[in-house]
Amino acid sequence: MHDMRFTLPGQDLNREPFAMKSPDFQKKCEVMITDRGYKCRITNTVSISSQEKLFLLRIVDPVERQLFNFRPGQFLMLEVPGYGEAPISISSDNSNHEFIELCIRKAGHVTSAMFEARQGAIVSIRGPFGTAFPMEAMEGSNVLLVAGGLGIAPVRAPLYWISNHRDKYKNVYLLYGAKEPSQLLFSYQFEEWQKVSNVQLMTIVEKPDESWKGRTGLITSLFGEFSFDSKKTFAIVCGPPIMFQFVCNYLDGKGIPMNRMFVSLERRMHCGMGKCCRCMVGSTFTCLDGPVFDYWSVMNLKEAI
Amino acid sequence: MHLRTFIKDSADLFRISAAGACPMIYKVISKTEFRKFIDALVKHNTAYGPRQVDTGSGGKPIYQFRPVTSADEIDFDYTVTHSSAKHFFLPFRDELSRFSFEDGNWEQEVRYEAPPLILIGLRPCDISAINMLDEVMLHGPYPSPYYLARRKNTFIIGMDHLPLPDCFCKSMNRHTVNHGFNLFCSDIGDKYYLSINSSKAYSFLKEFMLEEPSYEDNCLLIERRKMIKHSFETNIEVTGLPVFLDIEFDSPIWQKWGDKCLSCGSCAMVCPTCYCYSVEERFDIDLKGSSRQNHLYSCNLVDFAQVAGGHNFRPRNGDRLKYRYYHHYRGFAANDNQQICVGCNRCGRACLADINPKDVINDLRLERESCMICVSPSPDRT
Repeated sequence: MHDMRFTLPGQDLNREPFAMKSPDFQKKCEVMITDRGYKCRITNTVSISSQEKLFLLRIVDPVERQLFNFRPGQFLMLEVPGYGEAPISISSDNSNHEFIELCIRKAGHVTSAMFEARQGAIVSIRGPFGTAFPMEAMEGSNVLLVAGGLGIAPVRAPLYWISNHRDKYKNVYLLYGAKEPSQLLFSYQFEEWQKVSNVQLMTIVEKPDESWKGRTGLITSLFGEFSFDSKKTFAIVCGPPIMFQFVCNYLDGKGIPMNRMFVSLERRMHCGMGKCCRCMVGSTFTCLDGPVFDYWSVMNLKEAI
Repeated sequence: MHLRTFIKDSADLFRISAAGACPMIYKVISKTEFRKFIDALVKHNTAYGPRQVDTGSGGKPIYQFRPVTSADEIDFDYTVTHSSAKHFFLPFRDELSRFSFEDGNWEQEVRYEAPPLILIGLRPCDISAINMLDEVMLHGPYPSPYYLARRKNTFIIGMDHLPLPDCFCKSMNRHTVNHGFNLFCSDIGDKYYLSINSSKAYSFLKEFMLEEPSYEDNCLLIERRKMIKHSFETNIEVTGLPVFLDIEFDSPIWQKWGDKCLSCGSCAMVCPTCYCYSVEERFDIDLKGSSRQNHLYSCNLVDFAQVAGGHNFRPRNGDRLKYRYYHHYRGFAANDNQQICVGCNRCGRACLADINPKDVINDLRLERESCMICVSPSPDRT
């Protein structure tokens, strides 16, 4: 008898509004929908060394172009449809909404596909994700930027920020080291940084060639060449993990507090949203709590470096 | 900036995990009447229930959650399923978005839809595991809409059971559960004691002969709960384990167990709370489109922490094994110091190299034999 009265057709479960409606992706809303990328056109590519290229991307939709706001130090997920996604740090001026600059080394599946992409090709970006360098907190202090190799890519964003607000910062030093002279990236901008942005630039290479007339050695040997007030200095350090240790330990010895040294960690994120756990260091997500950490937090993270 | 505001607008979708605060209704139903209810429920809906699929070593039956169309197909008295119920919420392979190519351009399509589903016979530890996944997938800064759609469209009927000799749910305090299900049944002889936790479950059930629980029924339920609590044979001492793991980070124990580990990832596949995944993209065979898919991954697999250029942050077996234990017992940022292991010991049963959490953790604790505080157990939870 009960069976007769009790009918439970398939759609009955849907009677309550718990079947989730698919969101309207055509609607331009303030919040970013993280599973959908922004369409980007590659407007220009610049070969800056044998391995690295600088890509200039322009978001196709004018509304989305204005909505894409990032802070120096954040990263985005670059997607070449069909090939995959890769996390890339943003190395452009965040006040410039017209173009996003990405400095990419040909290292894997996605970046190789990117290197084959021609001007005018359309790729997708999601983001920005992660934490940023606390540029406001550094105001009124000296800033020490230390970059090793490809580490110049994430350092370029705070460098642009500083040049836009140059009067708010005291002395700014950029120490840049690479293996070989040909691997010093953005050498065409060195003069601009020194003269326009008033940054004291020092470069050094490990293995000089015949044409190299500059300094030779490890990046830590540059610290002997100038003096700074360690109580009023912030440091931004980007580069290979082994460099963090040497540079940060040296700066620690010089008296810069550990929470004023900022490093940018590298992990292979797959989602950027703290779900896939691929970027976890200890119990910290590099994509949510990083990639920018102060050195104090990194020291306490096991397996971080 | 993130998705949460967006989802709030569309519906009150976050109610599921607040279900613990909802009032619960207690009723009693006879077993024959309960079968009628299940029969009616599964007849018209996609339903999954425990069924014997194979016989393992020693003649023990192997159960899995399989599609069911009538109550007779369900083994209500099953012990435990080999795989967990997480695959209904986190499928092994899931399409995140789809691209269609045309004339040098592409369009992206993202779909969050999930068909309604009924899961019958989940154990308290399985439901706890789903609650834990809710915590991870829905309460971070970027809630996962894919998970949410599935979670909202799933009707869960839980059932309690007597533990297997190697279960240690009680040590993790996961042998009982009070939210995260629609209906929970406790076996009290020839009746089921029902805990009804959603209006939907109640509206289905009121078509059947429900009784108010009598004094005897209440006694029988308490008796049953007590019996379950006292029949756990395996216990792991987890008090203070997070700090202990921090101290033992460089312990040689990890390499000892790492040498046994085959890095196959079986443990993560059967684990009810392992959710780490990998994202990959593949072209369609007609080259007119592609899809971005995530598939479940395991932190024991060799390339889990490998970055561009080939550097591997966890190159040794021991490092990766340690990481998995840290993830499960050290707790992590998302759910502060909450241990996501529920103690079902599925990983121990599935492991080809015979590694199980009980042995590893006991080994770690015993390594500090001189320190009596670490070794002596703390009093029982009440």
